[in-house]
Amino acid sequence: MIEISDIKKSFDDVEVLKGISGTFYQGKTNLIIGASGTGKSVLLKCMVGLVKPDEGNILYDGRDFTHADRDLKTEIRREIGMLFQGSALFDSKSVEENVMFPLDILTTMPKSEKLERVNFCLQRVGLSDVNNKMPSEISGGMKKRVGIARAIVNNVKYLFCDEPNSGLDPQTSILIDNLIHEITEEFGITTVVVTHDMNSVMEIGDHIMFLHKGVKEWDGDNESMLTTDVKELQDFIYANKFMKRFRNNPTI
Amino acid sequence: MKSIGKYFMFLGSLFVNRESFRTYVKLILDESILIGVKSIFIVVIVSTFIGAVTAVQTAFNLVSPLIANYVIGLIVRDMTILELAPTITAIVFAGKVGSNIAGGLGTMRITEQIDALEVMGINASSYLVLPKVIASMLMYPLLVILACFLCIYGGYLAGTLTNAVTGEEYIYGIRFGFNEFTISFMLVKSVVFAFLVSSISAYKGFFTKGGALEVGIASTSAVTNSCIAILLADYLLAQLLL
Ligand SMILES: Nc1ncnc2c1ncn2[C@@H]1O[C@H](COP(=O)(O)OP(=O)(O)OP(=O)(O)O)[C@@H](O)[C@H]1O
Ligand SMILES: [Mg+2]
Repeated sequence: MIEISDIKKSFDDVEVLKGISGTFYQGKTNLIIGASGTGKSVLLKCMVGLVKPDEGNILYDGRDFTHADRDLKTEIRREIGMLFQGSALFDSKSVEENVMFPLDILTTMPKSEKLERVNFCLQRVGLSDVNNKMPSEISGGMKKRVGIARAIVNNVKYLFCDEPNSGLDPQTSILIDNLIHEITEEFGITTVVVTHDMNSVMEIGDHIMFLHKGVKEWDGDNESMLTTDVKELQDFIYANKFMKRFRNNPTI
Repeated sequence: MKSIGKYFMFLGSLFVNRESFRTYVKLILDESILIGVKSIFIVVIVSTFIGAVTAVQTAFNLVSPLIANYVIGLIVRDMTILELAPTITAIVFAGKVGSNIAGGLGTMRITEQIDALEVMGINASSYLVLPKVIASMLMYPLLVILACFLCIYGGYLAGTLTNAVTGEEYIYGIRFGFNEFTISFMLVKSVVFAFLVSSISAYKGFFTKGGALEVGIASTSAVTNSCIAILLADYLLAQLLL
């Protein structure tokens, strides 16, 4: 479980996050949704420590990450995996080396054990026979899978994904979404996914936080989201035609 | 001014929170191959020709019946050791290795690879940059020694082929009044230049913001700034040490 309280962040006088609090649950796919530029990515970066928030606390199962000393920070970081928007695979390393990298750096496992774990993770995300390919030789969807495998290889407790299905076709998007969802339940991971894809929200959103202009306007599960009376959220959900059908008939 | 301060803070960050010694040894070896071995070709070409040109032009300018031919060897030697080998090679090095470092790190930055390292709790600046700086400082002096040798040899070839000077005279010239200190001076210069080129280029690449266009800009400004720093340092070292 991750709890955040009153996170604030400004970039040169522009207040991007205006005090955000909320909880992300273990074994659940927690979504952060909102329009472009509302600060979703910034919030995610604050949570993993890539950006230092100006104010506020982030608790990883009760451990304060923002004010942690170096040892505790390192300890928590080793439990964090992240899937980046563009996959962020190291392009000088092969698929296998990419997935093995966290183990190389963070553990003292013997090579054979590492290899076993890498192959297990690659298989789990549905990839085989690509171990020796370079990232430039595989498709975008495969890169995302490798990214997921790399994120979870070190038995992580927390998984963060920034727009896992941007740039993918609808079918592959659903596959990736489901993969994240399954892995979350299977390994009891606390997963936080940033997205603005309503499809993912309906498919895999266990718990949803809606951001608007740097403020949390709403949170809850995807069923109750459809009947929300928050105006901004309604505008967001029903922006596309397909979702309008839900509005008229919430039972579909 | 602000960016100079940021540059020094960046240098400081290379030395905090490092990985294990073994990791670095491997990274330094990899970088040495990339930085050192892959630069040999261009260094060979440039230094041989510069030596040849220096010999031919010295012959053209100086030779009168009053000045002995061996002076050509002597002048090529002193110019090579003091200036041509360390400094001209440094400019070439900035163009090849500097732009490579800045482009590589810039790409890693904009494709979030640096963020990925940092999420894993790795100090990305030290993990990525320190091996490049150390490998440069190890490899560049070797390249300079090679350049020095080839430059003088290029002078020999050009001088003898054009009959400006005989082989014996040239050899006599390069041994005449030789001051060993110039070699130490050359090596000091090369270590300083290697540090400047690699750290400035890494700095430019590491803090790239934006997209592919900015990576190109970072590469260019890495080369320009490295060249300026090389020439400034060249002047300062000459003032201090000679
Ligand atoms: N490093 C930074 N420096 C300055 N401003 C920034 C920085 N990072 C983000 N911002 C600003 O913060 C705001 C929110 O950006 P953010 O990337 O979080 O949006 P987002 O909600 O993720 O949008 P999208 O859905 O398009 O990814 C933007 O206005 C952006 O310009
Ligand atoms: Mg974003």
